[in-house]
Amino acid sequence: MTDLLDVKDLWVRFPTRKGQFDAVRGVSFRLGRERLGIVGESGSGKSMTGRAILRLIRAPGQVEAAHIKLDGEDLLQKSEVEMRAVRGQRISMVMQDPKFSLNPVMTVGDQLIEAYRLHAKGTRAEARAKAIEMLEAVSIRDAERVMRAYPHEMSGGMGQRIMIAMMLIPDPELLIADEPTSALDVSVQAQVLQILDRLVQDRGMGLIFISHDLNLVAQFCDRVLIMYAGRVVETCDAARLHEATHPYTRGLLNSLPRFDAPQGRLEVLKRDPAWAEAPSVGPE
Amino acid sequence: MSALSFKDLDVWFGEGRDRVDAVRGASFEVAPGESFGLVGESGSGKSTIMRALTGLAPHWSGRMAVNGRDVPPGKRRDRAFYKTVQMVFQDPYASLHPRQSVDQVLSETLYLHGFRDVEPRIERLLDDVGLGPTFRFRYPHQLSGGQRQRVAIARALAPEPAILLLDEPTSALDVSVQAEILNLLTDLRTEHDLTFLMVSHDLAVVAHMCERIAVMRAGEIVEVMGVDEMRAMRPGHPYTQSLLEASLGYHRG
Amino acid sequence: MSGTAWREWLLTDTPHSRMQARAAALYQGWLAFRSNTLAMFGLGILVFLLAVAAFAPVIAPHDPYYQDLANRLQPLGTEGHSLGTDSLGRDILSRLIYGSRITLYIVALVALIAPVAGLIVGTVAGYVGGWVDMVLMRITDIFLAFPRLVLALAFVAALGAGIENAVLAISLTAWPPYARIARAETLTIRNSDYISAVRLQGAGPLRIITKHIWPLCISSLIVRVTLDMAGIILAAAGLGFLGLGAQPPSPEWGAMISEGRRFILDHWWVATMPGLAIFTVSLAFNLLGDGLRDVLDPKSEK
Repeated sequence: MTDLLDVKDLWVRFPTRKGQFDAVRGVSFRLGRERLGIVGESGSGKSMTGRAILRLIRAPGQVEAAHIKLDGEDLLQKSEVEMRAVRGQRISMVMQDPKFSLNPVMTVGDQLIEAYRLHAKGTRAEARAKAIEMLEAVSIRDAERVMRAYPHEMSGGMGQRIMIAMMLIPDPELLIADEPTSALDVSVQAQVLQILDRLVQDRGMGLIFISHDLNLVAQFCDRVLIMYAGRVVETCDAARLHEATHPYTRGLLNSLPRFDAPQGRLEVLKRDPAWAEAPSVGPE
Repeated sequence: MSALSFKDLDVWFGEGRDRVDAVRGASFEVAPGESFGLVGESGSGKSTIMRALTGLAPHWSGRMAVNGRDVPPGKRRDRAFYKTVQMVFQDPYASLHPRQSVDQVLSETLYLHGFRDVEPRIERLLDDVGLGPTFRFRYPHQLSGGQRQRVAIARALAPEPAILLLDEPTSALDVSVQAEILNLLTDLRTEHDLTFLMVSHDLAVVAHMCERIAVMRAGEIVEVMGVDEMRAMRPGHPYTQSLLEASLGYHRG
Repeated sequence: MSGTAWREWLLTDTPHSRMQARAAALYQGWLAFRSNTLAMFGLGILVFLLAVAAFAPVIAPHDPYYQDLANRLQPLGTEGHSLGTDSLGRDILSRLIYGSRITLYIVALVALIAPVAGLIVGTVAGYVGGWVDMVLMRITDIFLAFPRLVLALAFVAALGAGIENAVLAISLTAWPPYARIARAETLTIRNSDYISAVRLQGAGPLRIITKHIWPLCISSLIVRVTLDMAGIILAAAGLGFLGLGAQPPSPEWGAMISEGRRFILDHWWVATMPGLAIFTVSLAFNLLGDGLRDVLDPKSEK
């Protein structure tokens, strides 16, 4: 049992007027202390998978699974109170837009300190020291000044780094990052990724990186799950994503415009209804 | 004569101490039938140039001309301007009125431009953008992102413009849908002899669509280069070099 | 077409004509509304009220103005007067039934005047901005600064008592909140891409305001009006009670309470029955407003 996270047969269902809608359908995967990428288009269920692990699906949505084990403990067996200790403490989540995740009327420092004291008993001075340490861990140079600033005074990249710093305070074992760099410019994006990368290596954290950007995931992650219509259609080593075999993955890769050579027309993905019906690919 | 020409364009928001200069001294020309790209990071002023041209950003100075005709100062544009220049917005979820069906959107546009043969034109427009007549009476919430963007393109094409401004037309869409929309735009450009001015942060998209590209940083045009130079990674300015490298992806340091 | 075929036709996501698209949108709103039991209850009461008002001469057991001094202040359940009689021996039930017409008349007039005035002022101020906005909103502020009933009293005092003047007075005090709402909505709408898009088609301000901004403001105004109706009915009743609204012998509910208050200790039903009627109708409007908000308010949409 070296798996950090073991998800088996995960379903997320929503009742609708026209019957039941399955957003995630029988997804299984295991995660070690590595970077796992989940890619797919909008509506593929990739974000739902991330939220379902934390049991953050709001009613009337339902999460069902054979198990979702974190270090061998089944998260589905936990009560809501126990779950609250898991969220943030052991599994953290970073969302796409930091603007909506930070409290606009509290200084960054106060939010970080509060986040620390929610999880660990300690004096304010200790919390403050820890907060500054975390800001430095995400490559923020003048941490003292940032501590006094309000979120709106921060740029998007800075905001996202602060979010990551906040998520790191309780020293989670697993970080779920849902499109953490999609709202950022390319140069800032690289910095944020570097920070995430170092954290995985230095702290031995597991990372689930949810993204729509195939190239990014191929370059950044160790392993990739490709989702389509709520199912995992293919899983492969990230470095070999460009040799992927599933027609959906191939179609996605081919539909990207290429930078290095001109093309007349872009290849258009032809969707095969059978992709959505075939069962999810499980862990190898 | 250039389709679009910009000379020493300054665009700013706010007055006095709150004044923010979004574009400073931008000059470039777009030839008829050309596809010209503007790239840069957010806040570099690339979209602002379009908004100033169309009158959506009222505070500007310098000279802008469409087909040799000077654009009047401020935000007022005459109907002839809107018949020549049309725009496709970034987010198709925000650019369609939530309570208007495709039919209402297109017929109002046609009516405003003085067309009286509305019925056949709507059918042809829907056909042009690959939607077909079954989509005519749908509301935006009954359409996917790609379909909405097609409607937005149909609306922009309705007055039969010569110049189409494309403000990140695919950045809100999935990659497979992006390919469809980019192909559609390429086809429309040949069929209707359109001139494109396109803004994007995605260099691969711009390289695919445009022949010449202006790189912007902090409101200024850093350089204008041909697409071949860009593909060959031979920029003339160090900023462009760093932008190109960052766009090519993440490398473990 | 059979029932299920109709349902299919209405629930389609691929309408084939303008009419079907509209009908489908309406039907889906109705389905959402119908699932709110309390709102349906409110709607039920109001439909009932409408029917009562429409068929008042048929339903009412007596002439609401017929005085029978020998039979004055009869209690509830008296033979022929199930809700008793008032101080002049008039049948309370009949008066309530005829009074519903007056209530509906007031409600309808205020609902026509106040939100429309507010909508125009608010959207123009919000869309045009600048000094127009300044002037219009300061005027709105001035009206908002007056206590509602006091302003209405002043108007009625100046124009003379009567239902029409009461309606006018209530409308004059009721429009500023609608102007505020409409302006706030307009401010969020006016910079949206779809408004920019119509501007790029050469549409003028008048067209943008009436055809593109109004349809989006109207739904939240309708919700607000329905929720305010209770207050308007109460204000009308209040004016009636003070003798400044409907004049005797008109069976206006507020005036009826006013007449009944002299006997409230010994003959409680005379004032209570119209009070209950006001309460029920106000409640119905509130319930309906809550339901409409769930259906119409774009902000509550998922």
